[in-house]
Amino acid sequence: MHYNYDLATIWAFILAFAIFAYVVMDGFDLGIGILFPSFAVGDERDQAMNSIAPVWDGNETWLVLGGGGLMAAFPLAYAIILPATYPLVIAMLLGLVFRGVAFEYRWRDPRHRALWDAAFTLGSVVATLAQGMLLGAVLQGIHVENRAYAGGWLDWLTPFSVLTGVSLLIGYALLGASWLIGKTDGQAQQHARRLSFWLGIATFMAMAAVSAATPFLSFDYWHRWFEMPGVLLTAQVPLLVVLAAAGFFWSLKRGSERLPFLITLLLFALGFVGLGISMFPYVVPRAVTIWQAAAPGKSQMFMLVGTVVIIPLILGYTGWAYWVFRGKAGVEGYH
Amino acid sequence: MFDHLDALVLARAQFAFTVSFHFIFPSFSIGLASYLMVLEGLWLKTGRGVYANLYRYWLKIFAVAFGMGVVSGIVMSYQFGTNWSVFSDKAGPVIGPLMAYEVLTAFFLEAGFLGVMLFGISKVGKGLHFFATCMVALGTFISATWIISTNSWMHTPAGFAINAQGQFVPAGSWLPIIFNPSFPYRLTHVVLAAYLTTSLVVAAVGAWHLLRDRQNPGARKMFSMAMWMVVIAAPLQIAAGDTQGLNTLEHQPAKLLAMEGDFDASPNGAPLILFGIPSQKDAKVHYKVELPRLGSLILKHDPTAPLPGLKDFPRDKWPPVAIVFWSFRLMVALGMAMLGLGVFGLWARYRKRLYDWPLLHRTALLLGPSGFVAVIAGWVTTEVGRQPYTVYGYLLTSQSHSPLAASAVATSLAAFVVVYFAVFGAGTYYLLRLMSHAPEAHESEPANIPQRASGITPAASVVGE
Repeated sequence: MHYNYDLATIWAFILAFAIFAYVVMDGFDLGIGILFPSFAVGDERDQAMNSIAPVWDGNETWLVLGGGGLMAAFPLAYAIILPATYPLVIAMLLGLVFRGVAFEYRWRDPRHRALWDAAFTLGSVVATLAQGMLLGAVLQGIHVENRAYAGGWLDWLTPFSVLTGVSLLIGYALLGASWLIGKTDGQAQQHARRLSFWLGIATFMAMAAVSAATPFLSFDYWHRWFEMPGVLLTAQVPLLVVLAAAGFFWSLKRGSERLPFLITLLLFALGFVGLGISMFPYVVPRAVTIWQAAAPGKSQMFMLVGTVVIIPLILGYTGWAYWVFRGKAGVEGYH
Repeated sequence: MFDHLDALVLARAQFAFTVSFHFIFPSFSIGLASYLMVLEGLWLKTGRGVYANLYRYWLKIFAVAFGMGVVSGIVMSYQFGTNWSVFSDKAGPVIGPLMAYEVLTAFFLEAGFLGVMLFGISKVGKGLHFFATCMVALGTFISATWIISTNSWMHTPAGFAINAQGQFVPAGSWLPIIFNPSFPYRLTHVVLAAYLTTSLVVAAVGAWHLLRDRQNPGARKMFSMAMWMVVIAAPLQIAAGDTQGLNTLEHQPAKLLAMEGDFDASPNGAPLILFGIPSQKDAKVHYKVELPRLGSLILKHDPTAPLPGLKDFPRDKWPPVAIVFWSFRLMVALGMAMLGLGVFGLWARYRKRLYDWPLLHRTALLLGPSGFVAVIAGWVTTEVGRQPYTVYGYLLTSQSHSPLAASAVATSLAAFVVVYFAVFGAGTYYLLRLMSHAPEAHESEPANIPQRASGITPAASVVGE
């Protein structure tokens, strides 16, 4: 049975990777949706939309892998978290419906364009808030009895989950704004830079607020973050965040086109590591560990064989697709 | 208003609603992706402009349909957990990996190459673009393979053991799980259904434009191609349906007997009931019209072979007979009508009247949506026929759902209904609008795309009509 334990850890890392890939990749798509009303009708909006239209579908697929992978590798966690956050998941799915169809629909009839642009923003905002609050709901703990969720259907709604929801909204908006710096030029790029500056400030404040609130959710988190000798390691995360923040504003000031986005990715990565420190090895904090939730070794092994071959392939052709659409997104389309 | 309904009924209604809506889009996009692959391949081979124009014409339609399939599909991947958490916990170790493989081998492939297919015509070479189209088509097919394997396992579970927590776990090799007894029959039936559905839509669009202008080269070409596909796929589909019926008789006899309406055992050969009003309560079919012994002839290939009846099974293990009985008949009747259209088309071709026989075109137009109706009817037959189980014979539906309050499920169901009708209603309107434009000689010229500042190249016009 020993290899079973190791498999569960490997799968926890694979799923963490899938979720991270989703967060940063669909993060900038959703961020553009969140910021869409601030873009001028016409060229600026078309350019913003064109910069993500060829890749958004692939980006969103990581969310399907996150959900499907969780069901396959940790079925118990999937069976507990989704009923516990039921209204959030449904809201996220419906938000993604509006966001997804807007890409096609807005071009189909110019008389309806304003409507689908609004749906694009509304869907992006709802999906992002739901994802952020889902994160908060999981972090603050879920009431589990007899291998099942045993709370009410609004237990997820707390000040903390609202904070994480709003924080993710700000963070995704920053991803979107900094992505557009690289993808646009002229007026649109100026606008993206201004947005990035203010969203950068807001993101660091949000990260600080969530980081400050998390250790007080339960004794366990406090213990993990602040007790010797672990603190020597965990203290590096906020330290790196401060360094990254300095780098971010420096790169904006310097007029760099790609660095602000790359540093934002780094910020998200650091936030993600912080999450890992808080959660591991729980998949439902304080209730279910990854080993308790794990599917049998045979199931995890069967998937692992395919995953180690296929994920590099996916990264390969996804990278190629990004490369095909490199450079500025014109208002004239792609050529 | 939902107080009198329990969470289980509502969860079932929600799954039925979201999966039925979702299934419409893949059954179109699987076939359409292959059709686009054929069109682009023919264009590269012959260099004839009509193929390139048809490719661009259908690509715009594909983009909208595929988008609707994607967003309704993501909902499905989470419905298992939100509404069927007990089922997910118990069956996850077996069906979870199959679905994970679907994501890894199919969804990423489709999504990764879709961008190049839609926007990349001027960014990559012709060969590479054709490769992207092929990958999207292949992705749709791989996706169907995994999800049908998963679904088939719920009907004919195999290769599993049950552990101490009551979970289904793989017993040994994965091959008997993936290639479970009903999988090959079901996959054939579903993929043929997708091809048939798509060819009926293409035929109807071609017919619509032929009724207006018999000389339109794009309309002529698409109608001719689609009518070939109908006449080939319809008889194959009827044969595939027959073999799936035999497979169902072997593994899920109660379902098949409900489809046939056979409440009583038939020791001397079962009749074929054409019509009637089945009553679950009275355990008989009222006012039935039947052909003696034909049922046994079809199912056993022997008119006097005995068949059991539903009464040989415990009553609480019967599926809802009336639903299955009627949806099955609807599907079969539409299948026969499709075969009729195929033969009509062949006859018209023989008489050299394929492009100028309005009756043929009107018939094709009428049957345009019939594939979707048949697909949903068939789906209802097999899934309602699986009741009262989620994992046939092992896990009851009434023991599979999430511990949710009825009000939560009712609210989300109402939200799904409102959003789906609004969003997919709009999408259907846009699809019909695209289809109502006659295929033009130069599908992609800037002159056709005044609404958008984009579109100097064919690529941009694809999405930004």
